[in-house]
Amino acid sequence: MNSRSIVWAVVLAALIALPFVYRDPYHLHILVLILIWSFAYTSWSIMGRFGLVSLGHGGFMGVGAYVTALLWNHLGVTPWIGIPLSMACAGLLAVIVAYPCFRFRITGHYFVLVTLALSGIVLQVITATRDYTGGSLGYTPNRTKGSQLLALQFDDKITWYLIALFVWVVGLLIWRWVDRSMSRYAMEAISDDEDAAAAAGVNVTYEKLKITLISALMTALAGALYCQYQMFISPDTVSGIAVSLQMVFAVIVGGVYVSLGPTVGAVITILLAEILRISFGTKAVGWDNLVYGVLLVLFIIFLPKGILGSLIDRFKTQPEKKPATHEQEITAAAKR
Amino acid sequence: MQAFLDIFDIYLLEAVVNGILLGGVLALLALGLNLIFGVIDVTWICYAELVMIGMYAMYYVVQVFGLPYWVAAPLTILLVAGLGAALHYIVIAPLLTAPPINQLLATGGVLFILQSFATVAFGIDFRNLGIRLPVLAFGEMHFSYARLLSFIAALIGMVVVYLFMKRTYTGTAIRAIAQDRQIMSLMGVDAKRIYLITSALGGALAGLAACLLVLQYDVHPFVGLSFGPITFLICVLGGLGNFVGGFIAAFVFAEIISLGGLFSDLEWGYVLAFAFFIVMMFIRPAGLFARRS
Repeated sequence: MNSRSIVWAVVLAALIALPFVYRDPYHLHILVLILIWSFAYTSWSIMGRFGLVSLGHGGFMGVGAYVTALLWNHLGVTPWIGIPLSMACAGLLAVIVAYPCFRFRITGHYFVLVTLALSGIVLQVITATRDYTGGSLGYTPNRTKGSQLLALQFDDKITWYLIALFVWVVGLLIWRWVDRSMSRYAMEAISDDEDAAAAAGVNVTYEKLKITLISALMTALAGALYCQYQMFISPDTVSGIAVSLQMVFAVIVGGVYVSLGPTVGAVITILLAEILRISFGTKAVGWDNLVYGVLLVLFIIFLPKGILGSLIDRFKTQPEKKPATHEQEITAAAKR
Repeated sequence: MQAFLDIFDIYLLEAVVNGILLGGVLALLALGLNLIFGVIDVTWICYAELVMIGMYAMYYVVQVFGLPYWVAAPLTILLVAGLGAALHYIVIAPLLTAPPINQLLATGGVLFILQSFATVAFGIDFRNLGIRLPVLAFGEMHFSYARLLSFIAALIGMVVVYLFMKRTYTGTAIRAIAQDRQIMSLMGVDAKRIYLITSALGGALAGLAACLLVLQYDVHPFVGLSFGPITFLICVLGGLGNFVGGFIAAFVFAEIISLGGLFSDLEWGYVLAFAFFIVMMFIRPAGLFARRS
């Protein structure tokens, strides 16, 4: 066991122990939100770090949330089955849209705009089928009276905190698994030069599709969890272009190339929104997004690797003058 | 049965004509975006938000300061043109050498800024100019006068831009830079200046669109989201940077929305349009009218 995994184990143990020591429901609520959104942002960054910028993740999240809730309310299907089904729907959607995209070499701006259309479709479908989904007024899964475990509805925050923590850790493990797999090298080669990667024997379509599918499935899970936790979803909070942009924003601020970057992004964005909301009340409507927007622009111009990414770089390069990390090479290559 | 068919046909025709009228404004929006993309190679995700700011400017100048519409319109166009130039100068210029995705995301940040600026400054109430234009009855079909006016103004705007691009030195330089940006600097064209002019021109087109849209729709901070995405899709479908393609794609989209909305809710018209777009991307990835390379 090296020192790094010991630090991880200690932090994890502390996080698990936290709700049993500290029980303030409001702070636990914020923590649960941070964990769920961190998981969603992490799933975006699994794709985003390879230059596959998707604005369709709002769509996947919406599918995850709405399919789970609709199955529960209309057919009485328990979320334990509903969540995998909703993830399958999102995965199918991802494959339907992404496969032709990758097959026909739709990249860069075009890929962004196709996925943007996907977000738009999901949002409009949810709004248009208002007889079932409640349209833009939002939707609430039916409260259960009997078994809560079956309905995945819990009143106490501690259970939710532990669920969210578990999912968040799984998200980080998936990130790490991708980071250490051959897929990472394949994807990095692809993001540098698709033709060269294909010539070197990388199955470009397959590799990209795999990453996209993983990312979409995780995002749908995040949406479903968010729905089960909040017990209220509306098209604007779980789907659409605004949510997609919010994901991109948080990840960029935190750092795309490091595993905890999206988490840092989630902490910053959610704390910022909450602090503004508490200190200014209803007067603060809009201020949080104003600050986000300014930060996003500043970050992209001055700190494209995000807060955590830049900190780690400084930390790493200062004492021992290591050669440039691979991420730096990629960004340098991208700049060229 | 016969009577039913008659009514149906009239509705159909009305929807077709309304689609064409809607297409005019969409084409104008697409033209501005295409211009920016073709020349500077940047997608302004926040383009529709510039239109939204323009609509607020119209509202304030007309409703609060009490100036007539015909005075407010040029002021708004100038204001949004200035915004476009500022956007380029402050956000895009430092990122010109960055990866294209970063430029796109930076304008996404500007989208947040403009939207929340409008929320903070103007509130989330729906506002309108309070100008009620009559409805034209054409036989048994009804068209809004505002739409017809917008259509004509949009066409005029596009012709003016076309003439500017074809007949003036600056226009020629803009077209040349769109073709080859390295060579033009060697030819003694100041690329920075051309970029700035192009951004201002793109902003001016957004301003014109704002003047026209404010006649038909209420303005609120999120109004941009209702026609922003569709504008991008039109540009992509026509081929980013392809002016003629964008023009035709605008009408195709407007017809789909209008006809789709005829058979069901308006949202389904949008869903159809989005789905059509995704299918078209697979059939013609580089746009409807891409030249085969």
